[in-house]
Amino acid sequence: MTVSRRRVLGMTGAGVALAGAGVAAGVGIDRFGQDAPARAATDLVGFHGEHQAGIVTPTQENLHFAALDVTTKDRAKLVKLLRTWTDAARRMTAGQEVTPGGAVSGAAAAPPGDTGEALDLPASSLTLTIGFGPSLFDGRFGLAGKRPAALVDLPVFPKDKLDPARSGGDLCIQACANDPQVAVHAVRNLVRLGFGVTEVRWSQLGFGRSSSTSRTQVTPRNLFGFKDGTNNVKAEDDGLLRDQVWARAEDGQPWMAGGSYLVARRIRMHIETWDRETLQGQEQIIGRTKGTGAPLGQAKEFDQVDLHVRGEGGVPTVAEDAHIRLASSETLNGAKILRRGYNFVDGSDGVGHLEAGLFFIAFNRDPRKQFIPMQNALSSKDAMMEYVQHTGSAIFAVPPGVREGGYWGDGLF
Amino acid sequence: MSRIPLVLAGVGLLAAVAACDGQKQDTAGAAGGPIAVEAADDACKVSATTANAGTVTFEIANKGTKVTEFYLYAEGDRIMGEVENIAPGLNRRLIVEVPEAGKYQTACKPGMVGTGIRGDFAVTGGAQRQSDANAKLAEATKGYAAYIANQTTALVEQTQKFVDAVKARNVDDAKSRYANTRVYYERIEPVAEKFGDLDPQIDAREADVESGQRFTGFHRLEKDLWVSGLQSDSGQIADKLMTDVRTLVEKSKTLQLSAVDLANGAKGLLDEVATRKITGEEETFSHTDLSDFQANVDGSKAAIAALRPVVQERDPALLTTLDKEFANVDGLLAKQRQGDVFKLYTALSQEQIKEFASAVDSLGEPLSKVAEVVSK
Repeated sequence: MTVSRRRVLGMTGAGVALAGAGVAAGVGIDRFGQDAPARAATDLVGFHGEHQAGIVTPTQENLHFAALDVTTKDRAKLVKLLRTWTDAARRMTAGQEVTPGGAVSGAAAAPPGDTGEALDLPASSLTLTIGFGPSLFDGRFGLAGKRPAALVDLPVFPKDKLDPARSGGDLCIQACANDPQVAVHAVRNLVRLGFGVTEVRWSQLGFGRSSSTSRTQVTPRNLFGFKDGTNNVKAEDDGLLRDQVWARAEDGQPWMAGGSYLVARRIRMHIETWDRETLQGQEQIIGRTKGTGAPLGQAKEFDQVDLHVRGEGGVPTVAEDAHIRLASSETLNGAKILRRGYNFVDGSDGVGHLEAGLFFIAFNRDPRKQFIPMQNALSSKDAMMEYVQHTGSAIFAVPPGVREGGYWGDGLF
Repeated sequence: MSRIPLVLAGVGLLAAVAACDGQKQDTAGAAGGPIAVEAADDACKVSATTANAGTVTFEIANKGTKVTEFYLYAEGDRIMGEVENIAPGLNRRLIVEVPEAGKYQTACKPGMVGTGIRGDFAVTGGAQRQSDANAKLAEATKGYAAYIANQTTALVEQTQKFVDAVKARNVDDAKSRYANTRVYYERIEPVAEKFGDLDPQIDAREADVESGQRFTGFHRLEKDLWVSGLQSDSGQIADKLMTDVRTLVEKSKTLQLSAVDLANGAKGLLDEVATRKITGEEETFSHTDLSDFQANVDGSKAAIAALRPVVQERDPALLTTLDKEFANVDGLLAKQRQGDVFKLYTALSQEQIKEFASAVDSLGEPLSKVAEVVSK
């Protein structure tokens, strides 16, 4: 991957402001040493705030996403782990080791408290975001009455080919950072802290953020070569975030106020056959031009999509089965979602093709009114379905942000 | 298309409109910038009535009280471009490609009814009308149409025999006819897919069926015959399959295919193989995927055969490659035949599947280049 072709975030400051409290005063940067505190300070995303970081934070370059199952039946152990995780997340997102001096300054006869591969690396805008899956509310921990109505089990969508080993989970951790090593280090250390209480069910690495979540960012391209996320809900759209992303107390579960619902879908792309599709064919399937990203019938990327334009012979300029028409809020009664997906290439598939695709992540206030109708429309009508296959699926209730001294999910427990 | 009045389209759109405020719409295409159109309930003021051939951009402002539409018509009211559903107070844009000089007409349609408020519009310069009287291409599409007619006739006959066997609850007879009946469908799949709703009714796999929709067609009967046993409604499903196949065949007679359609169809059939047959997903109950595989390749070959003289003339090296790669795939398939039937897909080793996948990729890649050659 060439970094030079991507523009490094211009305004990480926006992320800090959005993520709430920003950098806590007096936090020492002990992992990154003495030489570049200025540089380290600019790539910190605050951990505390009304909402969890990692949702409207300008999308970082890399992802490590892990879904975990809880292996204990002891509620107290789970709560204790959530506290431990929160403390570790506070430190790691601030560019510190899991425990002070944990990597190389601990007892020589004990295993190090920090795995060490992020030593000397800055925080790299690391955010850690936690979510709770429907299965956590099954009665093992007395949470059955706390399950939000919006946390539905996702239906089976047409053409799904889900692998159970890549689906579901009691919990999820989304780690995003501008350095893959930092994201992996964070997940690895949280998983390590969880042994005996949680185990990894599945995980996914992603690169080359395939959505932008802020107007400060250039729209990146997915592995089909198209700009992805032009019309995404952005951090600057206060009204949209309020109506379409953040859950409210009156939605049913007061503990979810300020939280959101995360839908993850692992979407395998048949890139080999896609690459044999003509340029015009590709553009008609998506509904945008490949170069500028302009909607068909318009001139520039951010021109408003107009679904009511017809070309010669009265044929719709954006085809009836074009991806952007079916995903458009106009055809979905105004519903939108905040996308935060990443590209992936997980080696190859054993029959000569790259195991490539898009790891789709979306945040929405009520999947029943937003993601599910949207995906039903896409799975049944989208011309793009010829080239993609959904192989993994999960949904999580993402609790609100953490207060100073609080822990992940304290409102639930 | 849903015609939700804009005002009711909710949050998404309101936000979108707000976002347009204060954003200066820049010029698109033509050097003189967009042609402003002021639409009212009883007027349609177009700021320029001539343009050079090429891309012409209109910027329509609805100053009236009714939802309106704007059209550019060529002679004989042939639509060159239109934008619908322009709510009062909104600005909308129409970018039209007008390659030829001539007399055109603009029209606003307040209330979206009637023939509209017309105005003359002249286009100057531009390209000469292309004479596409390429006899070889015309010959190619005619030749392929004959192939389609041939296959669809056989499809109707064989489907009838298969359906009769199902309705007579003669399971063994129906099973032995299943794969051979599907051959005729799989060969003409790109044609079938032109009729959006029919293809899924005839050929949807169980995993493709939308919730609340009925699982019908070949694969539903495949499941009954191989897995769940004939059901009380199997006969009904068989009748529906016959009706759908007949409808498809009737419709296919009116289809006007271009040379590019043929080329894309040939490529599309190989894509089918690559994404559905190589994975063993198509015939998940009967495992007769190899028979479909061969039929897809046959259909692809037939389309290329029809285009042969054109490709021979314009890119002989490509044709040589195609011949070689088709022969390679056919050779691999031939190895998996036992008498007049194919081995079950489940009998293939991972190594053999990989060999097939590689051969299909090697053929699919040059096939994807044919469309450009015949569209020159």
